[in-house]
Amino acid sequence: MEEKQKIFRDNIFKRLFWPLMALGLLLLFNLIFTKGFFHIEMRDGHFYGTLLDILNHGSKVMILAVGMTLVIATKGVDLSVGAVMAVAGAIAALLIVQVESGWIFVQGCTLGGLVPFLNAHHMSWFLPALAAIMISLVAGLWNALLVAGFRIQPIVATLVLMVAGRGIAQLITDGQIITFTNRGLTFIGNGHFLFLPFSVWIALGVFAIVAIAVRKTALGLFIESVGNNETASFYAGIEAKTIKGFTYVVCGLCAGVAGLIAASNIKCADSNNAGLYLELDAILAVVIGGTSLNGGRFFLAGSIVGAILIQTLTTTMYARDVSPHVAAVPKALVIIIVCLLQSETFRRKAMGILKTFKNK
Amino acid sequence: MKFLKIQTRYIPLMATAAVFALLYIIGLSSFSNFGSLGVFVNLFGDNAFLGIAAIGATFVILSGGIDLSVGSVIAFTSILIASLLDKGFDPGTAISISLLFGICFGASMGCLIHFFELPPFLVTLAGMFFARGLGFLIHPQSLGIKHPFFLNTVGDSLPVKLSNGVEIPFTASCFIAALILALIIAHMTGFGRNVYAIGGNEQAAKLMGVRIGATKIMIYTLAGFFSALAGVVFTLYMQSGNPSSCVGLELDAIAAVVIGGTLLSGGVGYLAGTLLGVLVLGLIQTLITFHGDLNTWWTKIVIGVLVLVFILLQNLVTKMTKKRIKST
Repeated sequence: MEEKQKIFRDNIFKRLFWPLMALGLLLLFNLIFTKGFFHIEMRDGHFYGTLLDILNHGSKVMILAVGMTLVIATKGVDLSVGAVMAVAGAIAALLIVQVESGWIFVQGCTLGGLVPFLNAHHMSWFLPALAAIMISLVAGLWNALLVAGFRIQPIVATLVLMVAGRGIAQLITDGQIITFTNRGLTFIGNGHFLFLPFSVWIALGVFAIVAIAVRKTALGLFIESVGNNETASFYAGIEAKTIKGFTYVVCGLCAGVAGLIAASNIKCADSNNAGLYLELDAILAVVIGGTSLNGGRFFLAGSIVGAILIQTLTTTMYARDVSPHVAAVPKALVIIIVCLLQSETFRRKAMGILKTFKNK
Repeated sequence: MKFLKIQTRYIPLMATAAVFALLYIIGLSSFSNFGSLGVFVNLFGDNAFLGIAAIGATFVILSGGIDLSVGSVIAFTSILIASLLDKGFDPGTAISISLLFGICFGASMGCLIHFFELPPFLVTLAGMFFARGLGFLIHPQSLGIKHPFFLNTVGDSLPVKLSNGVEIPFTASCFIAALILALIIAHMTGFGRNVYAIGGNEQAAKLMGVRIGATKIMIYTLAGFFSALAGVVFTLYMQSGNPSSCVGLELDAIAAVVIGGTLLSGGVGYLAGTLLGVLVLGLIQTLITFHGDLNTWWTKIVIGVLVLVFILLQNLVTKMTKKRIKST
């Protein structure tokens, strides 16, 4: 038993080594070259500072990465999360405006006072937020239907929603950018709770729920099994289709939560830019964290570290006055380097070259 | 039996042609000027860069890979040409340099994919970020082109003049030339057959003696070349360079390839289908422009629905083929 635990611990260390190493190097670089990077101060009972900004801005990718990890573990990928974020944000913004203008209240009364308590001022955020989550659930179910039901390759199946999703979001907002000031809804992305930004707590909550669900039950094992060999898992008595579909639903829900945070952050729903390219960031975070794109094993904590690494890199660029667009160049280089370091083939070849040098 | 076999193979292609015909008939019956030759010619001229990019994407997808860097490479080439011309280079040099960049860029992505067995999805994703950032590094904003070659020569003397005042724009000629070149490569060379073989079954192709590595690197090099060529045509079309242009164009290119009937798992598909796919996308755009009242985001929704329909159709065809193989 003890040996088993040791192997397990070694395994975790080995998997987390490269991403943590990269993160450490990046932080070291900032410690030396960026002034005030580690400065944290207390204002109005909350902590402020660059490090907390990283966590705050990184929370969206962290949440997306949690859902994406499960999908990738089944040998799939979900390209639609960015578009789903835009749809969720659009729904929330549209509804909050209507709730505040009293439209929903009138409808609620005509329905026989069905939801009077929701119209109380401090609860006005609840209905829009719930609607955003529900619509992302529907999006997840749609992807699940295509991938698990119709057996379409994940890249293609989720491409449909990725292309159409932004169109749908713009249809919802009628092509406008809807701004809102509701206190409850803006709190999600801007508020503080127990010293930390509230969005960080949401990210931690999502991570904890998913981690417990997959590691304390057999669910995680099922997911890995389906990712390794779907047919074999099916014959072993695992509902492979259901498991696969489930991961897409979780991923959709995560996208909905991230979409709410994104809209709340900037207090408006911008269908064109909300979550743009975030699906790629999420996939990167998962891969950097040590989950293989070939499926069959996954590593939630690694994905979180990957998300933090990506956000730290981005924030470092901004702190050093690199324009957000140019920041893509170093980002690309880091992706390639981390992927190379994780590639068995690369390590074998590099070792071979080193050995020939030694022999000479 | 042989007759039936050919029919199943061509079903997606025929479906695309049917969609194209249907959209065209809808256009003809709704708008009086839709049938004019000018509209049809502009379909080629306005979508030339998308078409050329989709040709490159077809090769990659036929081999079972994917290229996400297309849009960024187009944007990078356009700003590269614009800033080179701004510095006083002549157009020939500027265009050659940018084409050479595309070739080198594609080749290095191909090398990473082959030698280190990295997934194409990730490598081209990194390539996408890289090219986009590089474009902003050259020049952060849109840059107009003042060189007479781009402003006058291309506009006045290079188009092919047809009767009754319609002329085929130079960009359309480029598109057609690229298509012919691609058709020759795909269907008349050993390399083309190797691409299909790798896409069908990489292991089997390897055992048959196909040089997997060389072919794969060549595929991405070719895709890089076509992306850069699309960038050149885009620059001719816009007469300016802009590092933030063509965001998400790679998805339009992939959508065109899918609508054209190419299987995303590789091995099955035709360049003729890609041509039809691009024309269908262009036709949707034209219809929405003609209508005037519809908002442009309807384009995205219609494209999404079309992609879905064609994927389902492809699934059906694959299942039918498998059934036939089992029964024989």
